[in-house]
Amino acid sequence: MKDPTLFAAGLITLSAGTFAFRLAGPVLRQRISFPPWAERLLETAAVILLAALVATTGLTEGHHLAGLARPAGVCVGGVLAWRKAPFLVVVLAAAATTAVLRLLGIP
Amino acid sequence: MSSIYRTLSGGTRRDIALACLAVWFIGLSYGAIAVASGFPLWVPAAQSVLVLAGASEFLFIGIVAAGGNPLAAAAAGVLVNARHLPYGLALPDMIGPGRPMKRSMKRLLGSHVMNDESVVFALAQEDLPRKRAAYWACGLGVLLCWPAGAVLGALIGSVIADTGAFGLDAMFPAVILALIVPALRERQLRCAALIGAVIALATTPFLPPGLPELLALFAIAVKRKPA
Repeated sequence: MKDPTLFAAGLITLSAGTFAFRLAGPVLRQRISFPPWAERLLETAAVILLAALVATTGLTEGHHLAGLARPAGVCVGGVLAWRKAPFLVVVLAAAATTAVLRLLGIP
Repeated sequence: MSSIYRTLSGGTRRDIALACLAVWFIGLSYGAIAVASGFPLWVPAAQSVLVLAGASEFLFIGIVAAGGNPLAAAAAGVLVNARHLPYGLALPDMIGPGRPMKRSMKRLLGSHVMNDESVVFALAQEDLPRKRAAYWACGLGVLLCWPAGAVLGALIGSVIADTGAFGLDAMFPAVILALIVPALRERQLRCAALIGAVIALATTPFLPPGLPELLALFAIAVKRKPA
């Protein structure tokens, strides 16, 4: 939020771009057909972007590796999510693990 | 509204309500995380109404909070939302008959409430009236629950002084991870995601924030390799 104008431009770009993709499908439906491989490519791109975000926000702080507490919390959440625990349990367990480790003096 | 309610079976109504409840809860964590990352309350409030697509909003605030360029963050978010194009192509007409003016208005609102949940519920129904009812019920439900959760979460988040002590910084990656776990059960997607994560981590020490996530897209090349 260093530059409010740039931030607002980003927010508007994200809103408008998202709406354009939502509107395009129903409008174009009669005119074009979308090949399954392209659909698959978009799904893969979305998963990769989000996985990369999990890695950077979960494991790093600035340009360095984060301490142990946060990665440990994220791992606990990941294991619970993989074992199909409810969303609420996953998120609270991740935060609780990190909080307890910090309470014990682990950064 | 009452015709939407009557068209749907009790089981579908309950499932849609549960999906909206889950969205409300994710919204709660989203609002709290946005405020904890240093954004004022209006940011999650405005985004939750205008963007109305959770994963991309998390991506946007995550990259900007780390110091990334808002336009690069928006580009990454729009890319994540590109999946709405095939959604719209796969859905039958959700608007129905009516005067052209009314149809146009419904088209605009109907497009805005297109999301993962509303599309899944629409496609799962057997006939067109039920598809339409499920789509609008879930879409409008999310339109209410997502911003409501985000604002409440932001209010709760603003009264917590030391977010680090409560482990709130671990919530953000855990939320995203929980959202992509269903996709990660598929081997090919898991490989691509893992390689993307490694690319992002390896480049983080050298690049400005936001770029490592975009560079991770090179992992898409592994998709072509037969499993």
